[in-house]
Amino acid sequence: MAADRQTRSQDDTTDGAASPAVRVRGVSRHFGDLLAVDDVSLELADRELLAIIGPSGCGKSTLLAMIANLLAPDSGTIHLHGASVSAATQRGQVALMPQRDALLPWRSVLDNAILGLEVHGVPRGEARERARALLPRFGLEAFADALPDTLSGGMRQRAAFLRTVLTDRSILLLDEPFGALDAITRRALHGWLLDLWDDLGRSILLVTHDVEEALLLADRVAVMSPRPGRIVLTEQVSLPRPRTTAMISEPSFVAQKARLLDALLTPTAAPAPGAQWGAASYA
Amino acid sequence: MRDARPLPTQRQPTPPPTMQAAQTGEALVTPSAAARPNAREIATTVGGWLLPLGVLALLIAAWEIGVRLDDTPRWFLPRPSEVGTELIESRSLLWGHTRTTLTEMLLGLALAFVTGVALAMLIASSRLAERALYPLVVASQAVPIIALAPILIVWFGYGLTPKVVVVVLTCFFPITVAMVGGLRAADRDALDLLRSLGASRWQTLRIVRLPASLPALFSGLRIAAAWSVIGAIVGEWVGASSGLGYLMTRSASQFQTPRLFAAVIIAATLGIALFALVALLERICLPWKRAR
Repeated sequence: MAADRQTRSQDDTTDGAASPAVRVRGVSRHFGDLLAVDDVSLELADRELLAIIGPSGCGKSTLLAMIANLLAPDSGTIHLHGASVSAATQRGQVALMPQRDALLPWRSVLDNAILGLEVHGVPRGEARERARALLPRFGLEAFADALPDTLSGGMRQRAAFLRTVLTDRSILLLDEPFGALDAITRRALHGWLLDLWDDLGRSILLVTHDVEEALLLADRVAVMSPRPGRIVLTEQVSLPRPRTTAMISEPSFVAQKARLLDALLTPTAAPAPGAQWGAASYA
Repeated sequence: MRDARPLPTQRQPTPPPTMQAAQTGEALVTPSAAARPNAREIATTVGGWLLPLGVLALLIAAWEIGVRLDDTPRWFLPRPSEVGTELIESRSLLWGHTRTTLTEMLLGLALAFVTGVALAMLIASSRLAERALYPLVVASQAVPIIALAPILIVWFGYGLTPKVVVVVLTCFFPITVAMVGGLRAADRDALDLLRSLGASRWQTLRIVRLPASLPALFSGLRIAAAWSVIGAIVGEWVGASSGLGYLMTRSASQFQTPRLFAAVIIAATLGIALFALVALLERICLPWKRAR
């Protein structure tokens, strides 16, 4: 399955293949004089997890906002399952998990989780039932009626993730979902997420500034440069699935992590063509 | 090339994630500390009530003693005990006037709530409405209401209506201003989330903006509750046949100073009671504010 996924994601760069979940072509966006995202192209295959890593403020969130149709790109095109995204298209085709958890403090965990379903017109009773059924997998069964402010950071993040998954969209956009957590909680959530992985069956774009997180969770990793945000390097993750948190000490993991960190910390504005590790750049 | 000059290594320690981690650390502490606020809450409530009450008792005692020693005439400054006697002996007369004033306050406050909230939602809903209405709302507060009261009497006569209108004019402003602030203060991320879900304006209002505006609305309401007494009494001063404001002017002209003082005390109590009622409602309606 993993191998199948990998080959497909490579083939998708050529035209004629089945349309990918997300296709971003030459997208740029300014804020005033500031160039936030510069000519970014990337593709997310069906049921693939692509991690975008980059320093804070490199335009990752802007890119996600454009894919979620919250912002219009200045130039370039975005397609979701082959359908073009524009100001005229209906929002709500993707499930976005914003950087801070955005849980509504007056709603219980359960009622926060059903937000997406509620907005999409699913009756509350039915939505609550579906959410309740998932609470145990998210370790929240004892907290269905708890208010978000009484929860720990890790639990809040799981509640927000449950909300995102329940939104019932095939494409998930996760904006630094674990960025606000301490390292220990984050590690625990990675393990939990890897266990959950195969049941999810979604196409996921994960934005993070944590290289380990990206390598552990993703099928492919794209490195974004600091302002203006450009994709400087894209690599297939060498680890097989299923993955465990223990893999972070494997030599191949460590080697790849070093490579990615190097790309992340080298202030190259343009991708070096034919770099030694064969960077698959779509530019 | 030059754009990429700031080294990522130098940037990384500065960004918000570290701060966010600190915030989550706080959140982690909250549940274990949840038991403590109870005791502390009681202590602060008791301290919060006892302290001002003690100061008040001291002031009243000083007043009583001072007036007795100085032998001040009763029509000029009655002793607190005389005011107390008046409160008890004339209770049916006082109650009748209190009822009039209370009716004006409650009706006015209810109408001010409806107008204030409607105006706030209109102002917060569009830039055009904001530019057209907000300056007028602010300007309305520059008009001295006491100057308007005679006009209202010309229009509405001496009955209940002009007083209620004065209360509405006094009270809608803090409600509108507070609620506009509250509607705008909704969490950006939550709004983006709803937008990304394709929520309609009405859904966004119902699910995020309205609940988020409630704490601000309640602070506006508390101010309005305290001001409603002022509105009612000002309305009555200009022309009325009943109510605490009317009783005050009549008692003053007849040098019935103890009765005047009694009316003032009742009016103050009404204001405080209404304020406390709104504060209580706030605690009941916003349990999530206490969870913090």
